[in-house]
Amino acid sequence: MSAAEVTVASGREVSTDPTPALEATGLTQHFRVRGRAGRARSRNRRGRPVVHAVDDVSIKLWAGRVTAVVGESGSGKSTLARILARMITPSSGRLWLDGRATPLSAGRGARAYRNKVQLILQDPFSSLNPIHSVRYQLSRPLRIHKMVGSEELDDALESLLERVKLTPPSQYLDKLPHELSGGQLQRVAIARCLAVEPRVLLADEPVSMLDVSIRLGILNLLEELCHAESLAVLYVTHDLASARYLATDVLVMYAGQVVESGPAAAVVDTPAHPYTQLLLSAAADPEREGPAELTTSGGAPPSLIDPPAGCRFHPRCPHAMPICAIANPPMLDVSPDQRAACWLHVDPADRPKVSEGAKA
Amino acid sequence: MSADQTRPGASAGPESTPIVLEARGLCVDYGTGEDAVQAVTYADLVLRRGEVLGLAGESGSGKSTLAYAMTRLLRAPGLITGGEVLFHDGRPESEGGVGTVSLLDAPPSKLRRLRWSEIAVVFQSALHALNPVITIQSQLTDVLATHRKHLSHRQRVDRAAELLGLVGINRDRLESYPHELSGGMRQRVMIAMALALDPQVVIMDEPTTALDVVTQREILDEIIRLRDQLGFSVLFITHDLSLLIELADSIAVMYAGRVVEQGGAQDLFHAPRHPYTLGLVHSFPSLHGTHRRLEGIPGSPPDLRHPPSGCQFHPRCPFADETCAQKEPPLTPLPITGPGFHRPRAASCWRQGDVVVPAPLALPEPEGVSR
Repeated sequence: MSAAEVTVASGREVSTDPTPALEATGLTQHFRVRGRAGRARSRNRRGRPVVHAVDDVSIKLWAGRVTAVVGESGSGKSTLARILARMITPSSGRLWLDGRATPLSAGRGARAYRNKVQLILQDPFSSLNPIHSVRYQLSRPLRIHKMVGSEELDDALESLLERVKLTPPSQYLDKLPHELSGGQLQRVAIARCLAVEPRVLLADEPVSMLDVSIRLGILNLLEELCHAESLAVLYVTHDLASARYLATDVLVMYAGQVVESGPAAAVVDTPAHPYTQLLLSAAADPEREGPAELTTSGGAPPSLIDPPAGCRFHPRCPHAMPICAIANPPMLDVSPDQRAACWLHVDPADRPKVSEGAKA
Repeated sequence: MSADQTRPGASAGPESTPIVLEARGLCVDYGTGEDAVQAVTYADLVLRRGEVLGLAGESGSGKSTLAYAMTRLLRAPGLITGGEVLFHDGRPESEGGVGTVSLLDAPPSKLRRLRWSEIAVVFQSALHALNPVITIQSQLTDVLATHRKHLSHRQRVDRAAELLGLVGINRDRLESYPHELSGGMRQRVMIAMALALDPQVVIMDEPTTALDVVTQREILDEIIRLRDQLGFSVLFITHDLSLLIELADSIAVMYAGRVVEQGGAQDLFHAPRHPYTLGLVHSFPSLHGTHRRLEGIPGSPPDLRHPPSGCQFHPRCPFADETCAQKEPPLTPLPITGPGFHRPRAASCWRQGDVVVPAPLALPEPEGVSR
């Protein structure tokens, strides 16, 4: 089955550099399961049952652009971010940083890689060490990655805090995490990532732990950093509205696979995959006229130990056809930029023939 | 009905609906003496019969504290230091109605009769609120055994099955343990438990926050359907104002322990009267239209150990002047300027008393959208 890809949105400012800052193809992460999954059909090479956390996902991140990955819990979006940060070693897949092939293992060489690719975590209250000052937290990456000499350290710290709009820096440098608010902590966490002058920022739900009134401040900061410093940003979220606000491109994930990708406004305004349509119908929308109606009711994401055959969304899909239970649809162009993995977008004559016997 | 506190001159508008639960000038401190933190300060809240009242606010704004104080479920070091809470029983005395009860003065025996029977609570984390080592059936029948002593075991089990059916869960699940249910189902069980004794008021503390968006929507639809079917009132606590605007009939917005604005949900969204509400409704990106840069609200919520002087919001407020820094504005009823019927609204902002109210805070209410 062809892999999902984010195509370059035509008509938008695209960096002149034709090479993506970070590109990955065929990322697959199968976690081994212990215990009661003995009867599961899907097994790894050694015959042990596995969870299909991420299956054959491809993604391109471009300098100066924000790419959002949208999905529910368990869709594999955070696992994807962790693979790209090389915190976990995927089962298979290939990775290029600035066009250069790079190993995907979490072990050897990962430190040099993290110099270029940094991960922002969801909860700044636990991602910063509570017993150390802001000064210490920000000095660590500068020292470990030998970014500055000791005499330039103070200047570097101040400029980092200024880049995340914590001004005047002197007011924050000697604070401990408990003395700062959630929004300020997340800014410190972002400053810590910026310390190594990365090319790529991977942000895993960076605002979902924050209060509503300060979320936009963080989103706007990410957008400014993306444009001003030409960073490639991955924004992992469950919130379609914020993805539409911040991102240039959106990938929608369901049950470990990419089901739709394209320019943010196109995916949200004219969703082509039934799952994206379901997400949109469930999203909070104060401007909605009349009551919200889910496009499909009941059902839940499938077990990833034993994912359904064919399209993984077919048991919940209001448009499901016989073919959907048998063959996983490829990513198809539904418009020049937008792609969706759904048989609805294949001409009925061109769909694979379903014979009654094939279902077994 | 004695509980009917109709405003003079009101006819068939929503304000003529009787009040079922109200707080007047409620104050709650955490701790005592000099270290006391004023978590809720002079909060007024009115819940009318059959309505969904949303209580919105950021973490630390006192929304949960206010709800727990109103039901006397507040634990030490929380301390109610002033105000009153009235429960107006809608049932006639012949059917066991208790008339108007001051919940803050009620003795434990009276509270026990009202809690769960008349005022039930759905807690935020269903995983923690359900006992992990007891079946769903036992948890549902326990409350019936305590409050409905005349029911036989058989009747209790039937009622438990009926309650599960009410929230769309098959009766096969009676024998299940909480860990065998999905997050959405556990939250449904919590709702079923809250409804076990047919309460008049259900307080829901962030019931859908931990759930995925599709499940959240299903639960919300369930709540509204049950409200329409059974006629209880809902106090719905959440930090997600965008959700409330769709869900609630009226909304109270809390900031730093104060109720700063209350009004009809659509009125509040389209024509906010308090600068904090204005900031909030411009804090969530839209799913429609062209990309507009939104700014959110600058600064952070105040530290309640060292609250600012005057209006709590003035350090973050674009409309603040010297008065705001010195005197705290009271929650004041405001006139309706839009056409059609609207719920009564109030806000605590000095700007609303200005000769010329700043334009963003003086938009007319939209027509005919107040439910």
